[in-house]
Amino acid sequence: MSEAFFRTEMLPQQPPPLRETGAVKWVRENLISSWLNAILTAVSLYVVVVLLAWIVPWFWNSVWIADSLSHCREILAGRSGGCFAVITERWLQLLFGAYPPALYWRPIAAFVLLFVALAPMLFTGLPRRMLWFSAAYPFLGYWLIWGGTPWFAVTAALGFVVAGIAYRAFETRGGAVPLIAAAAAAIVWWVFLAGAARGALDAALPVGIEFVRSDRLGGFLISMIIGVSGIALSLPIGILLALGRRSDMPIVKMSCVIIIEFIRGVPLITLLFTASLLLNYFLPPGTNFDLILRVIIMVTIFSAAYIAEVIRGGLASLPRGQFEAADSLGLDYWRAMRLIILPQALKVSIPGIVNTFIGLFKDTTLVVFIGLLDPLNLANAIRADQKWNGIYWEIYIFIGALFFAFCFAISRYSMYLERRLKTDHR
Amino acid sequence: MTHKILLGALAAAAILGAGAAQAQTLNDVKNRGNLRCGTNTGLAGFAFPDANNVWQGFDVAYCRAIAAAVLGDPMKVDFVPLTSQTRFTALAAGEVDVLVRNTTWTFVRDVDLKFTFAAVNYYDGQGFMVRKDLGVSSAKELDGAKVCIETGTTTELNLADFFRSNGMSYDPVPIETNAAAQQQYLAGACDVYTTDVSGLAATRASFADPQNHVILPEVVSKEPLGPLVRHGDDQWADIVRWVSNALVAAEELGITSANIGELKANGHPNPEVNRLLGREGDLGAMLGLDANWAVRAISAAGNYGEIFATNIGEGTPIGLARGLNALWTQGGLQYTPPFR
Repeated sequence: MSEAFFRTEMLPQQPPPLRETGAVKWVRENLISSWLNAILTAVSLYVVVVLLAWIVPWFWNSVWIADSLSHCREILAGRSGGCFAVITERWLQLLFGAYPPALYWRPIAAFVLLFVALAPMLFTGLPRRMLWFSAAYPFLGYWLIWGGTPWFAVTAALGFVVAGIAYRAFETRGGAVPLIAAAAAAIVWWVFLAGAARGALDAALPVGIEFVRSDRLGGFLISMIIGVSGIALSLPIGILLALGRRSDMPIVKMSCVIIIEFIRGVPLITLLFTASLLLNYFLPPGTNFDLILRVIIMVTIFSAAYIAEVIRGGLASLPRGQFEAADSLGLDYWRAMRLIILPQALKVSIPGIVNTFIGLFKDTTLVVFIGLLDPLNLANAIRADQKWNGIYWEIYIFIGALFFAFCFAISRYSMYLERRLKTDHR
Repeated sequence: MTHKILLGALAAAAILGAGAAQAQTLNDVKNRGNLRCGTNTGLAGFAFPDANNVWQGFDVAYCRAIAAAVLGDPMKVDFVPLTSQTRFTALAAGEVDVLVRNTTWTFVRDVDLKFTFAAVNYYDGQGFMVRKDLGVSSAKELDGAKVCIETGTTTELNLADFFRSNGMSYDPVPIETNAAAQQQYLAGACDVYTTDVSGLAATRASFADPQNHVILPEVVSKEPLGPLVRHGDDQWADIVRWVSNALVAAEELGITSANIGELKANGHPNPEVNRLLGREGDLGAMLGLDANWAVRAISAAGNYGEIFATNIGEGTPIGLARGLNALWTQGGLQYTPPFR
């Protein structure tokens, strides 16, 4: 063969033409792929530029150190700019309300320990023994925030220990017997014995940290207290309500349906007004039933009704065979639920549950209507100080950023959890 | 200020259930060791927590004076922030001992809701604010104006009455709070902002250009604001009433927080001063308090004129003139029965 009709060696690789690579390609494909898109791109760019031209200088010029709004205006001298000096002066108040500044370490410690307590529940890689701390945390957190004698929290917690012992004692009976025994033991302890035990402990070991009254709580602290307690309490109650609604026992089923439908049919504000205004008339005069506690109860009930319906959706999505399989294994009702049904149902329900939780957390700002000094109400109170009257966006941006950070964290965690549990049945 | 109409019915229903308020509020306060004072969640000049969470303001000063008279310490007050919806039920249910929350004295509240208004500490009235470049000098020229108005309040009803009786029309722009009103008004969503004159003054003081806004001369409603207590405990009502009166009398008699110590020690030719300060007579004992009750009340935040000047007077950014709230000897309405 003297002459070849074909190449004997490969051509060296060429880089793709300029218009098909990198940024240019991306722009051609995504921004100006047709005349219509080109026009839309131009309009969008214009809007973005106009907005940025307005927002960026406002943030860039913003004043962080000043005595008052008028001082801010002097410093700005007519330029557009935010007056974040109000945050510099008031951020501790927005976070803690009227909590005594010398004791700020207590809510901070409670906040940090909250994550320690949550960690074993959120991440399965951690040692299971940490769950004991999680169980103790509600009492520890209560004591850290309100202070006073530790024995109230300790005796309250002992109720659960008593319940656990009773459960163990009757465990062999099966069915609902151990549960009933546990509940009865706990109630007996709380109603008849806890007070005496607390008195004895107080007398024997009169220790304690400074008591902080509920009306000193405010700001983001109050949102956290209401939100976290609401979330923690509404999940178990919601599960029980959901199971009750699917129960075969007519009375249990009826009462659960009535509770759920009634609570869901009433706006949260109505419940909050009930908590703050009406409950006082039902209680004997002179009882000082803590307003924050009343609000937590109402928020919990409200959220539990929604959680119940979300979980009922999860239960309904399970094929009938799962229930039958549990029965055929000879498991009793509670074991079947605990070991087979609920793990699957809860897994499917995660997005709905998280959705309800985020909604609940943001709904805590509704306490503004009953006069609790949550961040939004404090914004109003801060504006009432003539130094800052006229401030608007700065405080709301700060509060919004705090809420966003918290809700975004919850939402990211739920996405992680879904990925890990693979809820889509693949 | 904002008088939500709905809550009247709610509060009335609630109070019927509660029955008559229990007497002995004075004993309760003394046993508890602090006064529970219902106050605004935040109203410029009248009640707000400062950066150290200490409550300040005109209404707050009244709470402090009562606490000083009863308990001997103006700081022994628990301030209970109340919204316009929760204030009456909180008072009726006994959650607060006295409500000093810029509350207008009206027939229904006094008679039907079963409260006792102890005094009037501020005579307010509804007014109008417009931009100066609108060229309006009287509210009667506002025909067809867009008016920012807080919904569900007596201000809304007063506005409707005023425009109807003058044969004018208006275009209401409903807003929820004073903060929203400021934004709407400054953004030009409405030509006129109407609320109580004290609120208008506070709002105008917060603008970057207060000189470009005018408060029109017309005042279209009577809003006598004052402290109130539950029906059924006249002794307690008397204490609140006469502490208020003592503050006004102190201004009238020239007793200030500066000279009160000297007057108490050395006396004064005017026997009423001596009676008020407990040097003569036993007015304090008649109230169930000691002889120095008025001395402490006046020392807490000064006399009426001083309280006014410190919190909302012309020296403050709010800059309210005394107007109707001057002493009767100076053409105002502040007047107290004699201390004898």
